[in-house]
Amino acid sequence: MVMITYVEPNGGRQEIDVPEGWSLMQGAMSNGVDGMEAECGGSCACATCHCYIDEAALARIPPAADNEAAMLENVVAERRPNSRLACQVKATAALEGILVELPAAQS
Amino acid sequence: MGAPIVIVGAGQSGLQVAESLRSEGWEGGILLLGEEAVPPYHRPPLSKAYLAGKAEEAQLFIRSPEALAKKRIDFRPGSRVAALDIARQTLTLADGSQLDYEGLALATGARNRALPLPGAELDGVFGLRTLDDTRRIAEALAATEAVVVIGGGFIGLEFAAVAAAQGKRVTVLEAAERLMARAVPPALSDFYLALHRAHGVRVELGVSVAAVLGEQGRAHGVRCADGREFEAGLVVAGIGVLPNDELAAAAGIACDRGILVDACSRTSAPNVVASGDCTVTRLEDGSLRRLESVQAAVEQGKSAAAALLGRERPFSARPWFWSDQYEVKLQMAGLAAGADRSVLRGSQEAHAFSLFHYRGEQLLAVDSLNQPQVHMLARRMLDAGRSPTPAQAADSGFELNTVLATPAPAMSS
Repeated sequence: MVMITYVEPNGGRQEIDVPEGWSLMQGAMSNGVDGMEAECGGSCACATCHCYIDEAALARIPPAADNEAAMLENVVAERRPNSRLACQVKATAALEGILVELPAAQS
Repeated sequence: MGAPIVIVGAGQSGLQVAESLRSEGWEGGILLLGEEAVPPYHRPPLSKAYLAGKAEEAQLFIRSPEALAKKRIDFRPGSRVAALDIARQTLTLADGSQLDYEGLALATGARNRALPLPGAELDGVFGLRTLDDTRRIAEALAATEAVVVIGGGFIGLEFAAVAAAQGKRVTVLEAAERLMARAVPPALSDFYLALHRAHGVRVELGVSVAAVLGEQGRAHGVRCADGREFEAGLVVAGIGVLPNDELAAAAGIACDRGILVDACSRTSAPNVVASGDCTVTRLEDGSLRRLESVQAAVEQGKSAAAALLGRERPFSARPWFWSDQYEVKLQMAGLAAGADRSVLRGSQEAHAFSLFHYRGEQLLAVDSLNQPQVHMLARRMLDAGRSPTPAQAADSGFELNTVLATPAPAMSS
């Protein structure tokens, strides 16, 4: 398990144990974290699981593939340097304890 | 305590109704009745990542039962509704018990059209819609080398791609003269025909299947009307779906190949809404529209919850849809019906292009292959009523996002 702290749009925090290999989207959706829609179910097709990853952790995860980067160009909320699609980021030991912040709007 | 709002159907749309009711401030009871034994799950990955072995079953569930309980959503799996009484606001479950409701949402989904063929009942013949279907198909796929897919639509072709990637001998039999004929223009049908053939899939167009052949209760092949036979240890039929509208129709709710709803998901009955694959929407011009998509399930679900609380939240966004086959992601925005010309942007050879569909100068729809950025821009342009000219769309040096940056034109339609 990898402990991830999700910060919901209203500021609420949820500490979730996400199974290793699951995506950050699945960890959030399964536990009812607010602020994520994930309409396409993890196919990188809808850009409604936009999140902001702990800046400090960014260097420890593989960068966005071309497909994800292209989808991020047009997310509804502000795109920041630490924007990712949560369905494309897998929980690994390197992410233990990080903050994942969710934007106010996904669609 | 008053009666709860009851949601019949615990798929993507039923779950959305439940969650939207909570986020819209409904404090009363919410009963989410599902026929299947499992919690609501993501259906799109079934024919994609899940069958390809890239996701385990637990990853398909949208919310855990605990997360539902935390939102005070009373989820009851294995519950089949036998009858509705809209005058008395009650429903009867298959076990004979009765429930009162304050409001009712029907999200009963759709079911696979059955194969109208001799042999359709044999072991090894499947439709692909539910998690249970998919579990059984995965098992059968592992145990055979030869697969026949009946129907060259999205589901059939996504499955064919997964099976081909596992090294199976795959044959796709399609009755029409081109693939995905109901949903994509001929240029894309041709592209996908070539794509599947390049991956070793045998695709036969314009063929009529006469029977599934079998021995001792097990399918071993398919015979076509022209006499040709194809060997198969597994037959998957993807020949369309039928909306589950019988419960509503029997209760006197207006249906027309689907439960009739308006843009706010309201049915002909008071305090009864419907959303997702079970519905057909009457548009403002009187025409009927059936969308079978996650987007419709989610957006209609949000509208349905709002309507039960007396609010109008029409589903007005342009439709979008996607399909994953091999390494090609097709993303569609808008509906191309009525288009009189299509403009190509990008390179078919490089498997990275979009087709912009116009009626006159008005952009109706954009189909994108491996062009997610164009797809996302297209959705925004269509929702905002903006359009590049056909010449701009065809010019890959033209920055599409400048269309969104210019002042809005006067709305004409």
